[in-house]
Amino acid sequence: MSTETSTGTDTGSGTTPAVATAAAATVPVTRSAAARSGSVAKLWGPPLVVFAVIVAAWIALAAILDASPPHVLLPSPLRIVVDSFSTETLDGQPNQPITGELLNAIALTMQVALSGLAISIVVGIVWAILMSQARWVERSLFPYAVILQCVPILALVPLIGNTIDYGIEARILVCVLISLFPMVSNTLFGLQSVERSQRELFKLQKASRWTVLTKLQLPNALPAIFAGMRISAGLAIVGAIVGDFFFRRGQPGLGILISNYQSRLQTPELFAAVIVAALLGVLIFLIFGWISKLAVGRWYEPAS
Amino acid sequence: MTTTTATSRTAPVTTDTLLDFRNVAMQFPNGTVALSGIDLTVKRGEFVTVVGPSGCGKSTLLRIASGLENASEGTAALGTKRIGYVFQDATLLPWRTVQANVELLAELNKQPRKSRAAKAKEAIELVGLSGFEDNLPKQLSGGMRMRTSLARSLTLDPELFLFDEPFGALDEITRERLGDELLRIFTEQRFAGLFITHSVAEAVYLSTRVVVMSGRPGHIVDEFEVPFDYPRDPDIRFTPEFAALSGKVSHALREGHS
Repeated sequence: MSTETSTGTDTGSGTTPAVATAAAATVPVTRSAAARSGSVAKLWGPPLVVFAVIVAAWIALAAILDASPPHVLLPSPLRIVVDSFSTETLDGQPNQPITGELLNAIALTMQVALSGLAISIVVGIVWAILMSQARWVERSLFPYAVILQCVPILALVPLIGNTIDYGIEARILVCVLISLFPMVSNTLFGLQSVERSQRELFKLQKASRWTVLTKLQLPNALPAIFAGMRISAGLAIVGAIVGDFFFRRGQPGLGILISNYQSRLQTPELFAAVIVAALLGVLIFLIFGWISKLAVGRWYEPAS
Repeated sequence: MTTTTATSRTAPVTTDTLLDFRNVAMQFPNGTVALSGIDLTVKRGEFVTVVGPSGCGKSTLLRIASGLENASEGTAALGTKRIGYVFQDATLLPWRTVQANVELLAELNKQPRKSRAAKAKEAIELVGLSGFEDNLPKQLSGGMRMRTSLARSLTLDPELFLFDEPFGALDEITRERLGDELLRIFTEQRFAGLFITHSVAEAVYLSTRVVVMSGRPGHIVDEFEVPFDYPRDPDIRFTPEFAALSGKVSHALREGHS
């Protein structure tokens, strides 16, 4: 009897810790999962709510302002989608979908924007490196970077068209002019923001200019360079569309489509093209944010 | 009095004198006189600390010793080319791992990859950071970053080690532990050291000789030999002899400052 009870208590005390450890092992897991889903909701919740509010307001406004045809004032989101991409309009009229020309325009605009961006990145980084090498080079070249930023590019666009024709090269040039400055200024800032003691560490070993540039300044500048790329990427899309919009010649990119839909009072199609242009900008911004995270996220801690 | 404007650096004085300052003065272009009439030598086997209030020019003294600045008057001669310099902050490159950071100086001196990796490993072991080779600086505590910085200088096998208030930014406990580590490494390796600090206890505990400085313009007020042998027991700090010597240094600091 007494042995029985003792074994009974033994198994009892033997199992309790096991249960306890199992619980202890599972609790943090579920808690962290909950915390993660909580943070996801926190991250995406507010902007999604704002988005829903905007769409709702849009639908309401469209119902008031644009109740009857011709729908030129403010088409509802549904009308934009149907009238742009379906063979029949929302009112049941036969329709020519713009899917094909929109895709072609996106391809052309992206080609122009990415070429312009690539040139801006290379030219901007080289320009900044040159300026970082000597005070007098910086003094000689920086004013022109600022002028580039200050001159209204829109005013230059017709000039560029007149001088070097309205082909793809001219559009790329407009892109470069618009997106170059952030690359120059961000790279220069990154190259020059090396801490004094780090510079002296290299100086004490009598490191060459080239070594200081490649092993200290450029790695130090990478976060700033990527931040510049994000800004320039968005601007390059703007540049591609602006060039297109003002030239109104040659193969149609998004700018020409926007201009055409506007002059033909095809408001739903106009909205579709504008929204696509906006999404391209957002997409390229996100892509460069992601690349930046891959490249420097491992070590870079933004000052908080 | 000799007023030599040229500063010779590499000319060895005697083989045992690693650093020899003669009547060194420093005036910055804006007219501020940071140092005047500094005579100071550091011989092999010595660990000299310089104590003084902030702004007394003690860092400038170290910068002249390292060659980062040139004295505007007098001569500052070095007896060796193998000099280690430990900055106030750890000065690590944030994109490099501990291992790669420690290898940096050997890399800049174009040592072959294999030998510098081995050298770095040895130094990392010496400062007690084994197992953290692949960590990035942002994953380390302040004390561990300073150890990494110390290891980086050790890879040069310095004969003269210059320390610019290396533990100034650390908390008291970490500071004492790093001081003990430094003493242990000094006892093993016997480099000569010139150590800048504003802590009297740290100065007396670490060094063979304490130099007291005062500001405006920076000059040497007094010097004290520290009679304790190495290796030093951390509890030495609580002996009457230690207290008496610390008292003298403190007194000299106050005298010099008023």
